[in-house]
Amino acid sequence: MKRVYVPLALLIVLILFPLVVTDAYYQHLMILVLLWVAIGSGWNLISGYTGQVLFGAAAFFGVGAYTAALLLSKLDVSAWWGLPLGGLVAVLIAFPFGWICFRLRGPYFALATLALNEIFRHIATIWESLTEGMVGILVMQTFISKIPYYYIALALAAGSVIMIDVVTRSRLGYYFVSIREDQDAAESMGINTVYYKMISLCLSACVIGLAGALYTNYMGFIDPKVVFSLHDISIMAILVGIVGGVSTVYGPAMGAFIMVAIQEVFRSGGFGLLVKLGKATGWPVMATVTKYVSEAHVLSFGLLVIFVILYLPNGVVGDWSTLRKTLLFWKRETA
Amino acid sequence: MEHPKEDFVVLETGNCLMAYFEARKISKFFGGLAAVNGVSFKVEQGQIYGLIGPNGSGKTTIFNLINAYFPLTKGEILFEDQKISGLKTHQICQRGIGRTFQIVKPLKRMSVLDNVIASAFLRVRRKQDAVAVAEEAIEFCGLTAYKDKLAKSLPIAMRKRLEITRSLATKPKLLLLDETAAGLNPSEVEQAIEIIKKIRDSGITIVIVEHIMRVIMSISDKILAINHGMVIA
Ligand SMILES: Nc1ncnc2c1ncn2[C@@H]1O[C@H](COP(=O)(O)OP(=O)(O)OP(=O)(O)O)[C@@H](O)[C@H]1O
Ligand SMILES: [Mg+2]
Repeated sequence: MKRVYVPLALLIVLILFPLVVTDAYYQHLMILVLLWVAIGSGWNLISGYTGQVLFGAAAFFGVGAYTAALLLSKLDVSAWWGLPLGGLVAVLIAFPFGWICFRLRGPYFALATLALNEIFRHIATIWESLTEGMVGILVMQTFISKIPYYYIALALAAGSVIMIDVVTRSRLGYYFVSIREDQDAAESMGINTVYYKMISLCLSACVIGLAGALYTNYMGFIDPKVVFSLHDISIMAILVGIVGGVSTVYGPAMGAFIMVAIQEVFRSGGFGLLVKLGKATGWPVMATVTKYVSEAHVLSFGLLVIFVILYLPNGVVGDWSTLRKTLLFWKRETA
Repeated sequence: MEHPKEDFVVLETGNCLMAYFEARKISKFFGGLAAVNGVSFKVEQGQIYGLIGPNGSGKTTIFNLINAYFPLTKGEILFEDQKISGLKTHQICQRGIGRTFQIVKPLKRMSVLDNVIASAFLRVRRKQDAVAVAEEAIEFCGLTAYKDKLAKSLPIAMRKRLEITRSLATKPKLLLLDETAAGLNPSEVEQAIEIIKKIRDSGITIVIVEHIMRVIMSISDKILAINHGMVIA
């Protein structure tokens, strides 16, 4: 029962959210969270469940984003067609890529995805006649209100969580986890490991590509530095995956929420708190601190990874019972 | 299982009857080392066929060749009148040859039941069918008490049994058992023998590698002794 009711309640809260919270800033943050739920779920499928660590999620994200942008700028087709097509193009890239890489085992796949990420970033930068290079591509936003974007993002996020839930309880899910646990055993159980790793990667790429295309439509502007970013997309995807909990259905949702919040705290210097503090105290040093804090998010991401691996190896969702016990214990101590 | 027509290789049977399973002069060289060197043997349907030999004599390597974990250096392997050498590991399993690993390979972070469900999916598509097949195999091997335990928490005897259970769930016709009684205490060895006999009685042909002579003598219909990768008896 709990399996259905808790997510359902959460979904209703999310549906009501933009009607209750009308502040565009918070709506914007929630759209980012929802985008990251989708990306994190995609990452989780291939890396968490199938055990093939994806280091270059931005390759698929950026390809999806550019598909949408190029449709408009080159073919004059609405960038919204980029949603299905972005997913499709990401799969078309994932397919040959997986076909080559999955013959090898071990860290090759992870390294190759990193390379793929960088290759696409360079192509998008250099091929100026197609992509405008570093200048980037501007796409007129369709809606002024954030609400339509919010609901599309919500549909994508909910869709990817449901997809993970359905897939992982099916034959595919059993095969993915078997491959993660022991490829030799999986082969001897009659599982075509190369084939099923490819299926997993294609599903992941599709979800991540879709998210990229939605990003283009929502933000209205992309350039290679943003959508193929190693730390803001690829590493962030890993963090969303592991902070929430690797190979848990709701892990990426939790991870997305936490990571977007943390990212925002850094980006905005503690929601402008540091700036205010600087003004209030009149200390010039605060300006420097503010600047460093907003630039330190990459470092803090690193520290967060170490913290999670040390104290919550299964992520917030995976270690929920341990976490709750610890919190309850603290309460009892202080009471 | 149905096979596409072109997979058939018509064999020159001559006058003699075709064996159910046959290894023809199979060899495996690791660099200069001949782990298996020109070994031939035939297994009849319904038999328990024992492979014995000292440590490092090439027994596990023979299984790894049958199951295509390693490619053959020379020779060929036939099963049910068809050449199976050259197929991939998962295809060999689909053809109906299951195996266990001497160094057990449990899917550690999955429950015993999930381990077996995953392999049961080879023959059935629907989840409830896979669960049914898995539960039957678990019951058959007497692992029911451990069903919901994580595979990594099992003691060695049960891990060995999980290996058997998992391969049984793929509904093999021929089962390769690699030292399933090694490292067990006497009563566990007795249970293992019972399970192996039960498997044979259910109509599955077995090739077994075992160090404990008592085990292999008491159950094998035929025994092949090898040393330095060659047949000695
Ligand atoms: N992957 C490999 N690479 C190189 N040499 C190998 C490999 N696998 C096995 N060997 C060698 O092949 C020979 C036969 O090994 P194998 O494991 O088949 O013996 P075994 O009869 O199963 O021994 P045991 O009774 O100890 O299980 C050994 O000398 C071993 O060192
Ligand atoms: Mg051996």
